[in-house]
Amino acid sequence: MNIPFILFFVCALLAVAGAVMLILAREPIHSALALVLVMMSLAVLYLLLGAEFIAAVQIIVYAGAIMVLFVFVIMLLNAGVEERTDFSKIAKYAGLPLAFFLLLWIGHWLAHAPAGAVIANGGSAPTVAFSTVELSKQLFRPYLFPFEATSILILIAILGAWVLARKEE
Amino acid sequence: MIVPVSYYLVLSAILFGLGVVAFVFKRNVITIFMSIELMLNAVNLAFVAFARAHNQLDGLVFVFFVIVVAAAEAAVGLAIVITLVRNRESLNVERVNLLKF
Repeated sequence: MNIPFILFFVCALLAVAGAVMLILAREPIHSALALVLVMMSLAVLYLLLGAEFIAAVQIIVYAGAIMVLFVFVIMLLNAGVEERTDFSKIAKYAGLPLAFFLLLWIGHWLAHAPAGAVIANGGSAPTVAFSTVELSKQLFRPYLFPFEATSILILIAILGAWVLARKEE
Repeated sequence: MIVPVSYYLVLSAILFGLGVVAFVFKRNVITIFMSIELMLNAVNLAFVAFARAHNQLDGLVFVFFVIVVAAAEAAVGLAIVITLVRNRESLNVERVNLLKF
């Protein structure tokens, strides 16, 4: 065992534990904090994969901006303990066996698929990092139009949020 | 020695599955939004892992776009949640049953 493996397993365990905490927590604020844990450990995994810019964006945008928005709305709405309600009978008696068979089938498919075998064996990843310079060259040359389109998307989202959340006259 | 790409893909699949489970089992509309974010994060991890496997930057550009769309979706979605709570006075999605058969 060496350092990348140890780092990977620690971060993977933290991410899965955060996701499980998100499901088990009954207070929404605890779920939000668990999601921040998942995002932080994913940022470390991106660094491990050599994607420094994405790791920084993950922390700034996801763990920073988006989760602050979530926490802000939880505080604003004074969200308390979640109510538990019963599931429908179809979901209880047909859903669980079907989900189990789906998992079984996916596992069987993964074990026998040729693509899966190639991915499992292919690990010839070089250790060089994806540089931010190269990423920005991609972003501003071949992907320039989608990049500019996202700015319009953000503008529409801001206007939409304002229109939806304002008080009716 | 480097961590194989398949490890990241398995972690991504586990996180996505947990996101689906949270989406189905949670009753609080804000927590359901958070589980959508969890699924998007799992997909981002798969994108970065494949970008590393093929040593191409296009996967990272897509992660960038996914993050932008997630931010827009969170802003609009939380505005919808605020409107919903103003009208229904409950965060439970079971109470939002006007169109339910």
